[in-house]
Amino acid sequence: MLINVPETVVADALRGMAAAHPELTVDVENRVVVRRDAPVAGKVALVSGGGSGHEPLHAGFVGPGMLAAACPGEVFTSPVPDQMVRAAAAVDSGHGVLFVVKNYTGDVLNFEMAAELAEDEGVRVARVLVDDDVAVTDSTYTAGRRGTGGTLFVEKIAGAAAEEGAPLERVEAIAREVNARCRSFGVALGSCTTPAKGSPTFDLPPGELELGIGIHGEPGRERRPMMTSGEIADLAVDAVLEDLRPGGPVLVLVNGMGATPLLELYGFNAEVQRVLGERGVPVARTLVGSYVTSLDMAGCSVTLCQADEELLRLWDAPVRTAALQWGV
Amino acid sequence: MLDADFFRRWMTGMAAAVDREADRLTELDSAIGDADHGANLRRGFAAVVKALEEEPSGTPGSLLVLAGRQLISTVGGASGPLYGTLLRRAGKALGDAAEVAPVQLAEALRVGVAAVAQLGGAKAGDKTMLDALEPAVEALAESLGESFAAAADAADQGALATVPMRARKGRAGYLGERSVGHQDPGAASAALLVATLAAARGAR
Repeated sequence: MLINVPETVVADALRGMAAAHPELTVDVENRVVVRRDAPVAGKVALVSGGGSGHEPLHAGFVGPGMLAAACPGEVFTSPVPDQMVRAAAAVDSGHGVLFVVKNYTGDVLNFEMAAELAEDEGVRVARVLVDDDVAVTDSTYTAGRRGTGGTLFVEKIAGAAAEEGAPLERVEAIAREVNARCRSFGVALGSCTTPAKGSPTFDLPPGELELGIGIHGEPGRERRPMMTSGEIADLAVDAVLEDLRPGGPVLVLVNGMGATPLLELYGFNAEVQRVLGERGVPVARTLVGSYVTSLDMAGCSVTLCQADEELLRLWDAPVRTAALQWGV
Repeated sequence: MLDADFFRRWMTGMAAAVDREADRLTELDSAIGDADHGANLRRGFAAVVKALEEEPSGTPGSLLVLAGRQLISTVGGASGPLYGTLLRRAGKALGDAAEVAPVQLAEALRVGVAAVAQLGGAKAGDKTMLDALEPAVEALAESLGESFAAAADAADQGALATVPMRARKGRAGYLGERSVGHQDPGAASAALLVATLAAARGAR
């Protein structure tokens, strides 16, 4: 592992991010990454956060047209309420803050505490939960579906609405709408190694793959003998389409989990597009790359987001962040 | 009666226990979670000990509230808010007396554990820390706060009883049937919290 000691990986990465991105204000000690021109007068601010290890999510999405601030926690561990309260205070222009929260027990609890504390300080806070992972059987008895690749669509599209000056209620409604239209399914070809443990989180022999994985090295629901890229695309796209029956065009995210080369991801995308074509699902836009990762896990995920004209316009709107840039 | 020093001994003992057992907790967490429970609690309870050292005065109640706040501010994940809420609510329930009776502590812990159940939306049998905490506070209450050893035994047995359970909450819940056969790491650390409580009383 390319680290100094496990205890300083997050702080080290933030120092490096600060050096590479003068357009961001990086508070290494308090672990808050803020766009330099915040608070932006007259606009709602999006704040997200979560455990580290998913880079470029979330700090890589801070900038005009997307997040106003991000709060990185320890590796795979939700940030603490103090970070979110600090971030909210730094970015609030008086028009309110939307917390974008991936649906994990820790993230939900910490953001819930933070929302209360920020409101005590006079910041208007709304929250949206992202829960797009179809591999988790949703039920009222469990923590529910996980937030994975859909987070990128929520942050980009709701961020564009905020940048246009939409009020908090509208930005929140758009974020919920995007989440409701997103579904994801992930596959691992190898486990990941957390700095704290130093060895793979689960044991996946070569020649086998794990279906329905999350983004924290938690094992998936099923293990199978290795399949081809085309077979994996059939399985992943069908798992998503079983849950999302798009009536119109979709946005596609073919996402790498951290250790899968872009060469393989593009090849996989060709198969994903083939399957979508065979199922009669038109594609409006496609993004390929490692955006919502799980440290050094090998594998990929597919996220589909059912678009309409308004969401497509907001998706195409300019964005300028460390990891996602277009239209500017 | 239990004075402020008793609560300092408890927290210092817990920090040492978590430090000693961090690898085991992380190992349990890597089987059905995300392999960080030991490191997170080690960071949290180290911060608790530091904060208590910087607070030379303080009552049993105020020290537990301070410890809970430290956990919320330093641990993150689900365990930060959950353990933080346990200690903070128990501390509030103790009020500002300089000494508390064991039976008062038993009642305060019951309040704290109920707050954990409410915050996490979990109940006994879900394969969580509650499976160790609930039998422990029941055992302590039954003995009117006298038998800390019984509470520690109940917590140990409760933690072991999570092995055959199917997880319904937290990250292990995503595994469904595959969580069966592994001890819940939260229940294991909760048993340490009760064991160190008993040790602070000299009952273990």
